[in-house]
Amino acid sequence: MAKLPQSVDDLVARFGPHPNYAPPGGWQDESRGPAPRLVKTHCCFCGQQCGIQLKVRDNRVIGFEPWEDFPFNRGMLCPKGVKRYMQSSSPDRLLQPLMRAEGGFRNAGWDEALDFTARRLRELQAKYGRDSVAVYGGASLTTEKAYLLGKFARVALGTRHIDYNGRLCMVSAGTAYKGTFGVDRAPNPWSDIPKAEVIFSIGANIGECAPITTDYIWRARDNGAKLIVADPRMTPIARNAALFLPVRPGTDLALLMAMLHVIIRDGLIDREFIDAHTTGFELTADSVREWDPKRAGSVTGVPPEAIEKAARMIGESRRVMILHARGLEHQSKGVENCEAVCALAMATGNLGREGAGCVMVTGQGNGQGGREHGQKCDQLPGQRSLTDPAARAHVASVWGISPDELPGPGLSAQEIMNAIHAGEIKGLLSICFNPAVSLPDANFTREALEKLEFFGVIDFFLSETAMHADVVLAGSLQEEEEGVTANTEGRVIHIQKAVDPPPNARADSEIICDLARRLGQGERFAFREPREIFEELRRASQGGVADYYGITYEKIDRQMGVFWPCPDLQHPGTPRLFEGGRFFHADGRARFMKLAWRESGDPVDISYPIYLTTGRVVSQYLSGTQTRRIGALLDQYPQPKVEIHPRLAEQRGIKNGDWVRVTTRRSDLTLQASVVRTIRPDTVFIPYHWPRERSANRLTHRTLDPRSKIPEFKVSACRIEKADAPPPAGNGDASRRDG
Amino acid sequence: MFGMEFYVDPSRCIGCEACLKACEECETHRGVSMINFDFVDRGETIATAAYVCWHCDDPTCAQVCPADAIKKYEDGVVGSSLKPRCIACSNCVLACPFGIPKLIPEAEQMMKCDMCYDRSSIGKKPMCATVCPSQALAYVTPETIASSRREKPVNTFRIGAQTISTKVYMMAPAAIEEIAVDVADYTWEGEYEVVPQAF
Repeated sequence: MAKLPQSVDDLVARFGPHPNYAPPGGWQDESRGPAPRLVKTHCCFCGQQCGIQLKVRDNRVIGFEPWEDFPFNRGMLCPKGVKRYMQSSSPDRLLQPLMRAEGGFRNAGWDEALDFTARRLRELQAKYGRDSVAVYGGASLTTEKAYLLGKFARVALGTRHIDYNGRLCMVSAGTAYKGTFGVDRAPNPWSDIPKAEVIFSIGANIGECAPITTDYIWRARDNGAKLIVADPRMTPIARNAALFLPVRPGTDLALLMAMLHVIIRDGLIDREFIDAHTTGFELTADSVREWDPKRAGSVTGVPPEAIEKAARMIGESRRVMILHARGLEHQSKGVENCEAVCALAMATGNLGREGAGCVMVTGQGNGQGGREHGQKCDQLPGQRSLTDPAARAHVASVWGISPDELPGPGLSAQEIMNAIHAGEIKGLLSICFNPAVSLPDANFTREALEKLEFFGVIDFFLSETAMHADVVLAGSLQEEEEGVTANTEGRVIHIQKAVDPPPNARADSEIICDLARRLGQGERFAFREPREIFEELRRASQGGVADYYGITYEKIDRQMGVFWPCPDLQHPGTPRLFEGGRFFHADGRARFMKLAWRESGDPVDISYPIYLTTGRVVSQYLSGTQTRRIGALLDQYPQPKVEIHPRLAEQRGIKNGDWVRVTTRRSDLTLQASVVRTIRPDTVFIPYHWPRERSANRLTHRTLDPRSKIPEFKVSACRIEKADAPPPAGNGDASRRDG
Repeated sequence: MFGMEFYVDPSRCIGCEACLKACEECETHRGVSMINFDFVDRGETIATAAYVCWHCDDPTCAQVCPADAIKKYEDGVVGSSLKPRCIACSNCVLACPFGIPKLIPEAEQMMKCDMCYDRSSIGKKPMCATVCPSQALAYVTPETIASSRREKPVNTFRIGAQTISTKVYMMAPAAIEEIAVDVADYTWEGEYEVVPQAF
């Protein structure tokens, strides 16, 4: 029974989001003077993981100071980073466990809430089988929590089904890099970016989604580098591009194949590198043979001359950095897209050197670390495969179980939701994930959540998803528990505990261990603090690809981060991978792949002739659970708008600010138009941070990349028309008032 | 005083507004942001510009203040209005050639960028320039700017008949010596001298 226990209006009135505008005590409070304690830690938003100092007084975070000594961001922060301290004092913070009751949620004691959770999970498993319950994790969790959750699902619950919201982030890149290079990590430290001669940013809105990386690119430009930007929209960094390629949504692969075509045709390949360090070049060469710039131009909507020019700029340079992100990865051919990027770097020998490489720009806070140690449905700690007998034996020995007790690979995040909808999965325990906003086809997600027989949530705010829960266990903010994360470079960094959780909320890892105890596995979860979890994680990862054995909290503090792999305590870490052309496959070589063009899973046709693409704005983070509660961030972009080119707007009689209806094969949405010349005329854009009647994900579809299982957020087919009136406010749509 | 100067380069700006948010976090600003920020024309372009007070060597705002509420400090920073003196008359708001000062009605006082004087006067960077992710606002040494940037710092502006030199620098193309914003500054009236005031 996971329908909402009371109306959305009533839930929002009690649990928010209520935007928080002032620091604790208000702006004029004298206690805002010099604080007794500055805690050197990191921002909780986004994969940049900028260093920041939190100002703490009386167990409260009251402000921040830039941390200029931290080498990655040197004090720089985006607006989210500047205001991140405010979430600590949000009025919506959950202060004790909640249980569903007649007509709403009631406060509950910890024993009652935990006992009930453990009992219901066990009841469902007894009735329907072990795999009838699933666990959802998140990539904003520290690596310790992510590791613990993977162990919890497999050891304490014994279910196959654990996956996480990183599945909506960069798994396409991860799959491609593992297949191509044998390792899933951005191979270059960011300090390589300013050393490049050519920077190619494809499907990466750096200025809004990785803001501090902008300075790295501008420094390259100051050094004379040329910037190429491929995106359906002129994103903020495009203002200084030497070449802008306005690629049609979902056609990046054609663009990349044509660039490879030109590079091979014109003899711009690095034959020596290809022969010495790679295999399968012919597979890629055959794949791109028919993809001349003219053919690609008609598919991508990019002028053939521009494709030629981009290919030559890359082919003629010895120091190229390629940056890619969700634009490339959120497609039903996301893996092929990234394999084509890797091929471009390999074919031109741009890997493993200063200023030369291809990197994925991670989106989620611990997007890198959160995917390395076992909350992915197919992986064990250390980026090990769950189907590799040696890996199973190693991890089982660390966990003190027999390898036979380890479940096999389970379903991915969207597949878990599909299985819930189909009635195959009956129970769900979720932490750090707001699928009601972040999964595609949001109406489907809501229907699925309503079918759950038991739904338990660990969270610090009552997210739109948590509103469906039977039990909500009040967990901890990032600043309330020590741990590590890995930033976008693969630099493992130290998250410091700045304050205690409120008296009747608990640290996330404590909650998970307590549940494990109630499930009869207490001795395998006898961790007293995150450091003990990290010690076990070090051993579990030892010998794996993501080897953390040589990393300690103290070493991180001393070195301002340690890049994995770091196999022993004397090892300094590995900032740059593939030096000397050594890759992580057994033969030491990188692999070129066969590339094949496919249409999107939601193709445009005469009824739905316009491309819809979705993404982020600079002031909001992911599903907005956290950033829609910070007033200054909300005010910067209070409501989602539809970006639409004047040519399309004129055809449809739409003016800037008009209400327009966007309709896809799933649903429709009525939002205000933002008429801008900075988007392709055949494409509209909607940011996805809002719930319900403002949710871009009501429009998106559930087509997955067959290998990475990432949903195709970046390409949907839609039609757009002027709406007669704004959608009615109220009538259950309290969501409109949270902005 | 500490060898750092302030440099503004709108061509680096990504419009993220971190500067606006950071400005209000400064101990002396307390919730009031004094950054001037514009979307140049969002319908036409992604271009944005964030800038601070230019801190004129001979500040017009101070000259026109009837209450003598605006002071220029020894290091060249022009302060916000002094609360006990400011009469909220808006003379400075109208007179500033750059449109910087803002009357804050709730405070009954003009407030403007004071380069985070609590910070910059003790050798720390102003909040905005510390956090700026694109370093469109930068507070560094002249040597750093000279060695790291393509553009050249300029601090002489011609606005109509007024030539203004400032503490804060604008990054400009290398060939430019001063920045003029009036078309009249670029016109040529032939060999016969024309009195500009006649127009």
